[in-house]
Amino acid sequence: MSIFTSGVRAELPRKFRDYVILGFLILCLLFFLMPFYVMIVNGLKEATSVSVSTMWNLPTQLSGGGFVEAFQRLGPSMGNSLLIAIPATIISACWGSVNGYLFAKWKFRGSNILFALLVFGMFIPYQSILIPLIQFLEMIRLYGTIPGLVAVHVIYGLPIVSLIFRNYFTNIPDEMVEAARIDGAGLVRIFTNVMLPLSLPAFVVVCIFQFTNIWNDFLFGVTILTNPQAQPVTVALNNLQGSYSVDWNVVMAGAITAALPTALVYIFLGRFFIRGLLAGSVKG
Amino acid sequence: MNDGAVHITDLVKTYTDDRGRPTFTAVKKINLEINNGEFMVLVGPSGCGKTTTLRMVAGLEKITSGTISIGDRVVNDLEPKDRGIAMVFQNYALYPHMSIFNNMAFGLQLAKKKKDFIQETVSRTSKALGLDHMLERKPQALSGGQRQRVALGRAIVRNPQVFLFDEPLSNLDAKMRVQMRSEISRLHGQLGNTMIYVTHDQVEAMTMGDRICVMKDGLIMQVADPLTLYRQPENLFVAGFIGSPPMNLLKGKVEKGDGGLVFKETANENAVTIPLKGPVETIAAKVVGKSIVFGIRPEHLTEESKNGSTAPVSSTIDIAEPMGSESLVYMRAGTGNLIARIHGEALYHMGQPITVYVNLDKVALFDAETESVIR
Repeated sequence: MSIFTSGVRAELPRKFRDYVILGFLILCLLFFLMPFYVMIVNGLKEATSVSVSTMWNLPTQLSGGGFVEAFQRLGPSMGNSLLIAIPATIISACWGSVNGYLFAKWKFRGSNILFALLVFGMFIPYQSILIPLIQFLEMIRLYGTIPGLVAVHVIYGLPIVSLIFRNYFTNIPDEMVEAARIDGAGLVRIFTNVMLPLSLPAFVVVCIFQFTNIWNDFLFGVTILTNPQAQPVTVALNNLQGSYSVDWNVVMAGAITAALPTALVYIFLGRFFIRGLLAGSVKG
Repeated sequence: MNDGAVHITDLVKTYTDDRGRPTFTAVKKINLEINNGEFMVLVGPSGCGKTTTLRMVAGLEKITSGTISIGDRVVNDLEPKDRGIAMVFQNYALYPHMSIFNNMAFGLQLAKKKKDFIQETVSRTSKALGLDHMLERKPQALSGGQRQRVALGRAIVRNPQVFLFDEPLSNLDAKMRVQMRSEISRLHGQLGNTMIYVTHDQVEAMTMGDRICVMKDGLIMQVADPLTLYRQPENLFVAGFIGSPPMNLLKGKVEKGDGGLVFKETANENAVTIPLKGPVETIAAKVVGKSIVFGIRPEHLTEESKNGSTAPVSSTIDIAEPMGSESLVYMRAGTGNLIARIHGEALYHMGQPITVYVNLDKVALFDAETESVIR
């Protein structure tokens, strides 16, 4: 009886509260979307009709606006960014998953200290290592090359990627590893046949995270790839503003164009966020 | 054939911290002989070292010192897969991304067995376990009992010399547990393999084990078949652990009374006095004046006196729990309750005076200091 009454009582206020929360969230969303609106609207305008006084207005005529020029000027560097971000993401995800697996399931003496040192890498600011980094890249003859930048991103991404994978693998029960050991699987087999198939959600998280980070990187791109033909899109976007005048419609359209791939990655990979992949292996 | 015999000699497990300093000794130099084909149950409260011992047999835990041999081979340094063992885990530990078939076949595939052989073995085993119609399903589509049966199947197809069970039934509901209990017992009857079964549940231990090894704090307290364990506990711990409700244990002294020796409880209030006669008097004669513990099982306290071998105890009733066929009557005593399991013909009330008769043939006396039985 008491279950029923409490259920009815909880119903009404909860609905009202839900609406209040929903309304608040919509307000937040609108506030958050304001810059996007300005960017899209002004990106679609012709260069002459962009001004501070009319920045909230819709474009008066429908044409490509700044997008045409933005595509032309950013196209090649978008390709460069893909050549940097895709290999770096894949390599760091694979490498990090091995790290995470070893740190989570094959603890060895000193592994905790080693892991702490590895994670400490996350807290080193990019700027502080820039000069030795470039000197080192020159020494190994990778300075100014896309493989060089890929290597930098892979290594700079490893701490966080290893951490994500370690935390993910820690949640997989040890018994599963032990059952596989009894079944005759070794360190490598357990990784490839048991852990990897279960780690898709972690891969998705890591790939989104890494791809976004690498795509959006400006500092390494501008310092390591000095050759304009090889520069990533973030550097090219920065170069859209001329020294004397700025075509705001092109810059706005360019910014949207440059942000598009990360949005697409999120939309497509996000679908593979599979919850409860572990369900059924152990109790629960 | 003696392939499935397990010999554990001077086995020690000391856990160490990151820097290799010893932190905790879970198993303290135990010796245990498990015969080929025997169903051995390791039982004890949590932290007694039973699971650690099992995991050392499995090869999942490094041995600090001592030896474990299976058959004639010392297995200390062998990988789990080479020890001829299979293990069933408490939480099933199935591979969630594999079908039931693959879950059972994984070990055979890794051992590079022929496809026909794997197919045949898995289908035969799954049929025997009633899983043959769900081989293509994933573990998450199965109920708890079915999952544990898959885990059993995975162990069986390995055709091991020794089966290891680590509390396999504790995640199941009460009904399923009883069913799986008899299924495992039946399996043992059919296969005849050595089985080592870890549990904290004394009912599982008593009903399933050929022999039971009671452990506490990393030490073996007693190894015996279920009835010996019940009738002749070697120490206070076993006496209190086996049986439900447990054996009544009263602290006191043996004194010389008018008509022979009596047991007198050491307490200011409600102290009971029990006259000792027959064989138990001979034993008691050795410990006159010493602190002892007097042990009697609830089922050996009756309402009626029998000739010669019973002694009356009078007290008042604290609580009575009628259960239909019998009643549990908690009587006041100086050092705790004295529980009697009495046939349930009458209802008892709190505060009611009662006299019950102790079956003196079933009394066990323990040394209060060493906690071991006095013979």
